Amino acid sequence: MAQASTWQRLSRNGAVRFGASVLLVLVLVALAAPWLGTVDPAAMDASHIYAPAGTRAPFAMADGSSVPHALLMGGDSLGRDIWSRVVYGTRVSLLVGLFTAIVALALGVVAGTIAGYFRRADAILMRFMDGLMAIPAILLAIALVAALGAKVWTVVVAIAIPEVPRVTRLVRSLVLTLREEPFVEAARALATPTPVILVRHILPNAMAPMIVQGTFIMASAVLTEAILSFLGLGLPPDVPTWGNIMAEGRIAFSQYPGAVLWPALFLVPTVLAVNLLGDGLRDVLDPKFAKR
Amino acid sequence: MSSASTSPMVLRIDALQVALPSGGDRGFAVDGVSLQIAAGQTLCVVGESGSGKSVMATSVMGLLARELRVQGGRIELNGESLLDASPKRLRDLRGKAMGMVFQEPMTALNPVMTCGDQVDELLAEHTDWPAAQRRAEILRVFERVHLPDPERMLRSYPHQLSGGQRQRIVIAMAVILKPALIICDEPTTALDVTTQKEILGLIEELQREQGSAVLFITHDMGVVSEIADQVIVMHQGRCVETGARDDVLLRPQADYTRMLLAAVPGMVPPAPRLIADTPPRLRGDAVCKTYLSRDWMGRTRETHALQDASLALRGGETVGVVGESGSGKSTFARCLIRLIDPTAGKIFWDTDEVATRSESKLRPLRNRVQVVFQDPNRSLNPRRTVGQSIVEGAINFGMASDAAHAMARKLMEQVRLPVEALARYPSQFSGGQRQRLAIARALACQPEVLVADEAVSALDVSVQAQILKLLREIQGELGLGLLFITHDLRVAAQLCDRVIVMRQGRIVEEGPTGALYANPAHDYTRRLLQSAPGFAAHAPA
Repeated sequence: MAQASTWQRLSRNGAVRFGASVLLVLVLVALAAPWLGTVDPAAMDASHIYAPAGTRAPFAMADGSSVPHALLMGGDSLGRDIWSRVVYGTRVSLLVGLFTAIVALALGVVAGTIAGYFRRADAILMRFMDGLMAIPAILLAIALVAALGAKVWTVVVAIAIPEVPRVTRLVRSLVLTLREEPFVEAARALATPTPVILVRHILPNAMAPMIVQGTFIMASAVLTEAILSFLGLGLPPDVPTWGNIMAEGRIAFSQYPGAVLWPALFLVPTVLAVNLLGDGLRDVLDPKFAKR
Repeated sequence: MSSASTSPMVLRIDALQVALPSGGDRGFAVDGVSLQIAAGQTLCVVGESGSGKSVMATSVMGLLARELRVQGGRIELNGESLLDASPKRLRDLRGKAMGMVFQEPMTALNPVMTCGDQVDELLAEHTDWPAAQRRAEILRVFERVHLPDPERMLRSYPHQLSGGQRQRIVIAMAVILKPALIICDEPTTALDVTTQKEILGLIEELQREQGSAVLFITHDMGVVSEIADQVIVMHQGRCVETGARDDVLLRPQADYTRMLLAAVPGMVPPAPRLIADTPPRLRGDAVCKTYLSRDWMGRTRETHALQDASLALRGGETVGVVGESGSGKSTFARCLIRLIDPTAGKIFWDTDEVATRSESKLRPLRNRVQVVFQDPNRSLNPRRTVGQSIVEGAINFGMASDAAHAMARKLMEQVRLPVEALARYPSQFSGGQRQRLAIARALACQPEVLVADEAVSALDVSVQAQILKLLREIQGELGLGLLFITHDLRVAAQLCDRVIVMRQGRIVEEGPTGALYANPAHDYTRRLLQSAPGFAAHAPA
């Protein structure tokens, strides 16, 4: 039977389409942040403290100059423009999400491949991963940020490391199945060196589930970053992240809920879109779900 | 067997058309097939994979996959139209009026329910008998299908039974309510020949006793010759030929039927060839493989997968290793190519002893012995082009990339495939073509010995015949030693100079093919030869 190509099947899947479109819009927002009617997200203007959403007034910059500005989402307790902070926060969230997924996948693929292909390494590596899994992810991340200091890359590493055991397990199970495949045995009979077998024959065939897992990690990383920031344990409070904006707005939530709700309005669709994309990818790429 | 043309028709199918989803290579899975079966008769539907024979059976049961749609025609069971029946009525009829026996008994049974409970569920659904009566009935039917110790079977889970016993449970479920129609979809394909023989006998016996009509789907002409009254040959969804068994098998009218019959390998080996007496290219001396497993108490258990197996294979010679599943024939082959490490014994590739060599010391010698696996769908990396797969070995052994690609083009000619195929991916080829590609990949290393591990078992007979011919031609051209592992005695008869018979990890008998088939010395060999389907039909008159 004529099989539609993977791209065609992906583009036909509703979840993939919706998730990818929302993500695309967010990426465009992040890239175009300076041109979307924003000011410096760190700039404070005392006249805009708790300004209501939609206020049109000049914004006094740090150097004393003043620019005409519309505070689409109002101002926060320090007189910063929430819209600007939310838009620039998109950059941080997407970057943290993406790099966390990449770091977690990279570490997990290396560990999982070794554990799956080399019997001797298996027991040691996997018991270590079991140990890591025994520590609650958020606590481990908090401890790591506390130990390493709060910078973007430390936050990425701190969120990625608790995800590594799960990726390792997944990759290990894939490698365990694939190493018994006749084409891998044929490669052994063809005297293909072991590292080449791993890179050429095993990993490319494990790609689809890994990509799917990567999207789920990205979604949870965006959330975890927001949680860390909200708890005051993530990036420094002056860095515009959705979690930081919410944390700062929490104090006056009952009078001025905007500072909490506006970033949430971005956070929720982001996580939803990435998860939907992952679900869709799994439906299309994973043969176990192909028949539905 | 055949009689009673006056008896009423149990199943009548009239110009059945089942549409395939658009975008397929043809519009209909089943295209205008008509047939009828009288009570007490067996109709065999024969065809290669993709002929639509299974789709027809599932449309009778009302179990068509969602993408498939019946577009025209009628199906009548005892005069009642099945295509107009409500889902509830169909559910009622299944089990009661028609029973089905599936190909793979392990997946047809629920692994977490005891066999007794599974049959009981069926009875509870379709009858109002009290529990005690149901239980008595189950025991009776278990006895009828010759299950040993029915009481124990009742409490057993499917994984605790052998393949043959599982299929007997499935048959018991199909016949317990004495349905008018039994549909068997390749019920013996997953079983060993000796078990197949018993199951075929059982189906025939039950049919005679209950007077059911049997719709039997198979790809095996040998099976057809044993059990059919009527035969219908299908090709690409159409009925090519239909008639009484002897008419179709002995006086086929359609070209396609003739081709199918000609492709069935016979049990009579060709005249022996003269093999030059050269030193062996591949030799195994008392090779053993023992698996150790530890149970939860820490006690070790030894499984002797292979014990003291020896063979010597010369250039230009074909040696067959035959046996049923679990006989150790594949373990033997995989030890000889050092895909697994033997526990004891010596293995020689040419004059180099390799049984205990480490992988890195083995690698420079690996070009000497190459392998072709059973499943053509899984033996090529789906993410690499055919060309990349074929040159991999040659480049590993130090050939320049240009030279390797030039050789790949020559090899494509040798395995009768177009050169353009090198740029495509394995998914674009059929099973038979992929097996050719796997052979080309093995040949690219310029081996001295080719090990074929059930290399034609997953293929249709016509394709099988082509691959066997190709192997023979290549062997003639290159003077390869060929080690051929198979469970099919007919294939071994056609291809092999010598045959080794294995059972339970040991070699029970070996000898020149002609002599061994004519005068089997060992009981087990004799049993194996007698169980091969179509033995009588294809023996010389």
